[in-house]
Amino acid sequence: MKSNNIVGASVPRKEGRDKVTGKAVYIDDMSMPGMLHGATVRSSVPRARITGITLGSGVAWDEFVIVYAKDIPGKNCIALITEEQPCLADGVVNHPEEPILLLAHPNRHLLFKAMQAVQIEYEPLPAVFTIDDSERQDPIIWGTDNVFKRFLIEKGDVDSVWSKADYIIESEYTTGAQEQLYIENNGVIASFDADTGLTLWGSLQCPYYVHRALKTLCGLPEHKVRVVQTETGGAFGGKEEYPSIIAGHAALLAMKSGRPVKIIYDRMEDMAATTKRHPSRTRHRTAVSRDGKILGGEIEFVIDGGAYTTLSPVVLSRGTIHAGGPYHWPNIRIRAKAVATNAPPHGAFRGFGAPQSLFAMERHMDRIAATVGISPVEVRQRNFLRPGQSTTTDQIIDEPIDLDRLLGRGLDLADYEAKRRQFSVQNKSSRLKRGIGVATFLHGAGFTGSGERYLASEVALEGCADGTVRILVSSTEFGQGTNTVLCQVAAETLGLPYEDVAIAPPDTSNVPNSGPTVASRTVMVVGKLVQSAAEGLRQTLLASGLAAGYSRQQFRDACSKYVAEHGALKSWAKYQAPPGVFWDDEKYRGEAYAAYSWAVYIAQVAVDLSTYSVTVEDFVALQEVGKVLHPLLSRGQITGGVAQGIGYALYEKVAWEKGRMQNGQMTNYIMPTSADLPDIRVYFEELGNEHGAFGAKGIGELPMDGPAPAIVNAVEDALGIPFNSVPLLPEDIFSAVSAAESSASQELPQGVR
Amino acid sequence: MSTSGGMCDVSFSVNGATRTVRVYPMERLLDVLRNQLGFTGAKEGCGEGECGSCSVLMDGELVNSCLVPALQANGAQIVTIEGLAEGPRLHTLQKAFLDCGGAQCGICTPGMILASYYLLMRKPSPTVEDIREALSGNLCRCTGYMQIFESVAEAAKQSQTGK
Repeated sequence: MKSNNIVGASVPRKEGRDKVTGKAVYIDDMSMPGMLHGATVRSSVPRARITGITLGSGVAWDEFVIVYAKDIPGKNCIALITEEQPCLADGVVNHPEEPILLLAHPNRHLLFKAMQAVQIEYEPLPAVFTIDDSERQDPIIWGTDNVFKRFLIEKGDVDSVWSKADYIIESEYTTGAQEQLYIENNGVIASFDADTGLTLWGSLQCPYYVHRALKTLCGLPEHKVRVVQTETGGAFGGKEEYPSIIAGHAALLAMKSGRPVKIIYDRMEDMAATTKRHPSRTRHRTAVSRDGKILGGEIEFVIDGGAYTTLSPVVLSRGTIHAGGPYHWPNIRIRAKAVATNAPPHGAFRGFGAPQSLFAMERHMDRIAATVGISPVEVRQRNFLRPGQSTTTDQIIDEPIDLDRLLGRGLDLADYEAKRRQFSVQNKSSRLKRGIGVATFLHGAGFTGSGERYLASEVALEGCADGTVRILVSSTEFGQGTNTVLCQVAAETLGLPYEDVAIAPPDTSNVPNSGPTVASRTVMVVGKLVQSAAEGLRQTLLASGLAAGYSRQQFRDACSKYVAEHGALKSWAKYQAPPGVFWDDEKYRGEAYAAYSWAVYIAQVAVDLSTYSVTVEDFVALQEVGKVLHPLLSRGQITGGVAQGIGYALYEKVAWEKGRMQNGQMTNYIMPTSADLPDIRVYFEELGNEHGAFGAKGIGELPMDGPAPAIVNAVEDALGIPFNSVPLLPEDIFSAVSAAESSASQELPQGVR
Repeated sequence: MSTSGGMCDVSFSVNGATRTVRVYPMERLLDVLRNQLGFTGAKEGCGEGECGSCSVLMDGELVNSCLVPALQANGAQIVTIEGLAEGPRLHTLQKAFLDCGGAQCGICTPGMILASYYLLMRKPSPTVEDIREALSGNLCRCTGYMQIFESVAEAAKQSQTGK
């Protein structure tokens, strides 16, 4: 195979030209003849029995299409891991904004009036809104104990370590909900025809998730449901599971009316009704030796799943496995659970549980350092996982990662030691307190444990009549660069110019199920399959007479000839678990991920004691991600993830009131603007990875994990006050600084103030 | 301007061509551009003037078209993202956004490019601080903005050197 150096080069984004010219077609840019607009009437209360639904006066109801739960042709559920979440509430609501009935009308403006005229009568039921409430089990709102899922990880003998410890360090950490805030709201169009079936176009990550949900909901056979992803304006996990709901709604309206139906959420509906990052609470109890070595510990990790199971068990799984960070735990017990509350279900968001448990771990490392009296750097160096050692799930680290070296490079890039010294001097005489904080962490790529084996993803490559090649996958583009990178992989493998490879639109009637576009799996797992299918296609043509060392034209001719003679040229590849990979779903032990990415993030902050606001002044993001296939896109993934992480740490607070988001607007839910961010400096190390296409590992989620702890560690460095929750807002800092000042003054003798 | 049934005719130019549309006076310019005239490059992200995805130029000023009543556009000259490229030839800014990674999911890109265009019109050689300030009304959730700043700086450089 000749290398044409496409992999590793920053080739132009495949759909980039359409995006910069405004020609890219997003779902709200589409329209169809006879199309109706759909809307969702939602619950205004957190938990209640529905005792009546009245269509009020003043609306020409006969012009409207109305769908109730009883109109659902198949099973009233959103099929995912479980089938317990109803598509439309039937007699009971379990969270604010739960869909109750659907309306459609040709005039979008009349829908709003009609929605206001629908009266729902409720008989309220008691509800729970926080993890603590849910644990009290009064009332029970889900199952027998308000718990969706539990995991237990045990390694070594943690009960034996406490007596040997020089220090036992305990603390609790919490993280808030976070809105994905893709700039394109959720939206779909559904169209139904009795002969051809149901077609759904939409802004979504996982066409086959939607396909499955629609089959179940609409009672249609496999071949009568077609799902097509349109250009998608950001997703970040927020379009992983939720689109099945809005797709279901549009499908029901389209089936009942016989006309195409478009549903586009406005920002407030999207913020209030769709998923967010799970709030979490983590408790650490750690046995540490005099020199700062972890002897063992217990971690209790709890996430708030909202009202239905949805993806919470899987989010919990990833959070649990990442809870121990990149450290060696000779003994550990991790108890984890996802609990129910009467809020809209929390869901997938970049990082998927890991940002929560890693925030706790990385804050706790600084607490250990402070207690033992060593630096945040030393405590990490003394506990890093090293090749040959095992993770909390007993996975042996078999890649040559050198975290000491990675950390050393990060510290140099950030000028850490000099700045720390400098700030400790300058802070004494300034209202502007500077600090610098470190987070070291890992992120597993691909589905957890046996997940990839169950998924059994498939891809195909198609040689076209004109001699070019098309990739057929259900993997979707939503900004990260799927289209571009998969084409690079295929072109490199085939020895063709990048321009000669295209990617087919993700349409379930035309592409195989290559799994969902989530979990940092696309480049590593799907990319490897594309590589394999491309190799198969190449071998087929070589066997049919294409000369080795072929030119572009020779390939084209051979491909065209093959298609002319055989009707088609397709090469398939299907995922097979590498031999020797072991995972025990019961005991939660074994090879949790085929590969990990590793990172050192360092944040420099300034806390202004006049406004109590925190500014991130410098940010170093250094990571080992296997081979970087596209430097420009990779760096863009990191800067984008870091920006979201800075928002998570310092700006983005969901204000809850009885399970409903109160600040569902961009005016009062604050994400970072171009004026709020530091220069985000990105650096890569490239160790390669035998499991990924051309040595790639996952990259998409990693940058979400590190910023929050690095920033809060930096704030502690600046103020000497530990904060254990994010988001950390000026009012939180004001309260803590005021409390510290007043307790300090009380401790001083009279007259010293 | 004529009116009937609460609606009125308004005329304005879009990318150099005059258009006359019958609208409700308070209809949003964004909806008129997208739904009546087919300029779908302007996007709705928030509907309240926070995100800048619906940015267009109106008489040389950068506006959020979700906040402009159609009536107010009467007689105005509007430039949308569709008006920047000359045929197949991309505008320097469009090319720079493509080359420097300034567009990821693309939904903020039209507004972001128009806000950058507005900046470069006033300040052909902006500093990074100028760029940060000028784009602070356009939200991007994908890029973390770094490659957008670089795109604008690159476009400024290209325009200066006349390439």
